Amino acid sequence: MQHITTRRRIRAAAAVALSGAMIAALAACSSGGSGSASADVLPKAKAETATSAADFGGMKGLVAAANAEGHLNVITLPPSWANYGKIIAGFEAKYPKIKITSQNPNGSSADEVSAAKAAGTGSNAPDVFDIGTAVLSQNLDLVTPYKVANWSDIPADFKDASGKWYYDYTGLMSIGYDSSKVPAPTSMADLLKPAYKGKVAIKGDPTQANEAASAVYLAALESGGSPTNIQPGIDFFANLKKAGNFISVLPTQATVNSGQTPVVIQWSYNNLAWGPAGGSSANPNWKTLVLPGTAVGSYYNQAINAKAANPAAARLWEEWLYSPEVQNLYLASGAYPATLAAMQKSSTVDPAVLKSVGAPPSSFVQLTSEQATAAAALLKSGWSKAVG
Amino acid sequence: MTVAPVRVPIRGAGGLLRRRGVGWLGFAPFGAYVVLFLGIPGVVAVASGFFAADGSPTLANFSAFTDPTILKDFWNSLWVSALSALLSAVLGALIAWALTSTRPDGFVRASADSASSVLAQFGGVMLAFAWIATIGPEALVTRFLQALLHVDINANGPILYSVPGLLFPYTYFGVPLMVLTFLPALDGLKPQWGEAVATLGGTRRRYWWRIGVPVLAPAFLGSFILLFANAFSSYATAAALIDQGGIVPLAIKQQLTSETIVGVANTAGVLALGMVVIMAVLMSGYALLERRTRRWQR
Repeated sequence: MQHITTRRRIRAAAAVALSGAMIAALAACSSGGSGSASADVLPKAKAETATSAADFGGMKGLVAAANAEGHLNVITLPPSWANYGKIIAGFEAKYPKIKITSQNPNGSSADEVSAAKAAGTGSNAPDVFDIGTAVLSQNLDLVTPYKVANWSDIPADFKDASGKWYYDYTGLMSIGYDSSKVPAPTSMADLLKPAYKGKVAIKGDPTQANEAASAVYLAALESGGSPTNIQPGIDFFANLKKAGNFISVLPTQATVNSGQTPVVIQWSYNNLAWGPAGGSSANPNWKTLVLPGTAVGSYYNQAINAKAANPAAARLWEEWLYSPEVQNLYLASGAYPATLAAMQKSSTVDPAVLKSVGAPPSSFVQLTSEQATAAAALLKSGWSKAVG
Repeated sequence: MTVAPVRVPIRGAGGLLRRRGVGWLGFAPFGAYVVLFLGIPGVVAVASGFFAADGSPTLANFSAFTDPTILKDFWNSLWVSALSALLSAVLGALIAWALTSTRPDGFVRASADSASSVLAQFGGVMLAFAWIATIGPEALVTRFLQALLHVDINANGPILYSVPGLLFPYTYFGVPLMVLTFLPALDGLKPQWGEAVATLGGTRRRYWWRIGVPVLAPAFLGSFILLFANAFSSYATAAALIDQGGIVPLAIKQQLTSETIVGVANTAGVLALGMVVIMAVLMSGYALLERRTRRWQR
């Protein structure tokens, strides 16, 4: 174990040194050509270890360094997910010199990790991660600490003290339904009724996707289970399957619009985006129901790739995400951003948006890392028996 | 006296060698292609099964084969592939047989040939969509049957979104593939054989039992294995239709991309090895059988 970490450290050091040398060589080439390389732009090797904007000499220096890089690689950010379409467009409008490459928008957290490992220090390496906690906690060596300017606005239990990761937003598990095709449900148990035969879908395989697993957690809480006992949730879906109500296809905006999946249990921001709020491409009859009582959520984490191809742009992206402007964009999609409490206090939250989305739930459950591991073990042995 | 006869074979051998060298040169691009895109990825994928997530060698991943979920996936993959291959082989052979009675350069034969070539390549998400639009919950045929006969083919949940439902798309591309691979074998049946049997007083049934079936058996089984492999390894169509697992390729995807059960990516290598072993067993069974049947063909 010890020698592996040492070797890894040596390799990392070698990689940093090598990329530093390459940047120096490249810089020498380009400055020879244009002769205008700005002297106060932080070199890449320094940018890679910067832990705050101050290391760049403030926001101005950070923007200059990011502009010099000219690129930003983001990964697994679907445009209709938590308003990422608008968030990416807003960044490009504010920093027109930086071109964003959006890789594998429909991928999973595990795909982010394998992409980062495959790319190494290459120019296509993802710069930033929007990543689930279970996958992140296994791959902490992939990320590097950074603290955004308003670090103190993020509650202490929402972030790693050293700055390696920080929560960005959470949705609430909700029931989306097409009001023109099915009666309005008022509880999870309602979905077992014959009116929902062949109509209920979740966002993937719970042994694979966190969003689908969260649907099982919600079902567990609604049927007498708890975060430490999700078996009632698995049993609920077994009954749903037995009743012929559960369908195995992956619901998308297209299956919702064509009427193939009239009920979808998923994050509130995704249900909202597929409904009237989603504009002309969405289903006007799509309603979102967050059940009263304890809400189930799961914060995603932001983190910067230690081998980011564009370390300065990566850090500028994080500053952008935690600005009130973007935090309000998350909120408008129905996702509750990490700095919401601070924004309510300082009145930087958009009151109209907060009113339409609704105040954050008073009772909120997110499975701890240990609870999620135990739940995963139960799902692994029980899920395919329940719905197979 | 002995000079000339010795020199001739040497020269001949040299010529053969040289020709073989050129032959290898011609084969090299294909060989390199196979090594790069089949050999290396295959070895890397299977080898990953012998390592733990931290990179240390282990055999622990093989415990996947005691997991009832994985075993069920293998069973589902096997029966769906075998049944769809059998259906396709029988239907395709009948169609091919019917086609032999048409003129080889005629319009029917030519259009059946080209239609089979196109349809046998029809796969992936497009094929899934074609079936969703045909017998899915909101599809054309579904709606038609509901309106006309008041029958709902999806009454017990959409058939297409279940493991048995995969029989539809798999058989759909299997039949034309069978026609393509089996028609040349049927063309190899010489009319003289039938005439000889008739002349000797044999019946039609006797002709098929004694000559037709033995001659065609290797081609039929070979095609069956091709169809089986095609269905067994098919991923995209199944992934588009079913999102709750059920067959081995979907289990491999689950192991590789899971964000809830983490650190199991290397189990995928073990599952891939399982698929390779099944194909290897099938191929060697076929090789044995072929060695036997070759005797009949002599």
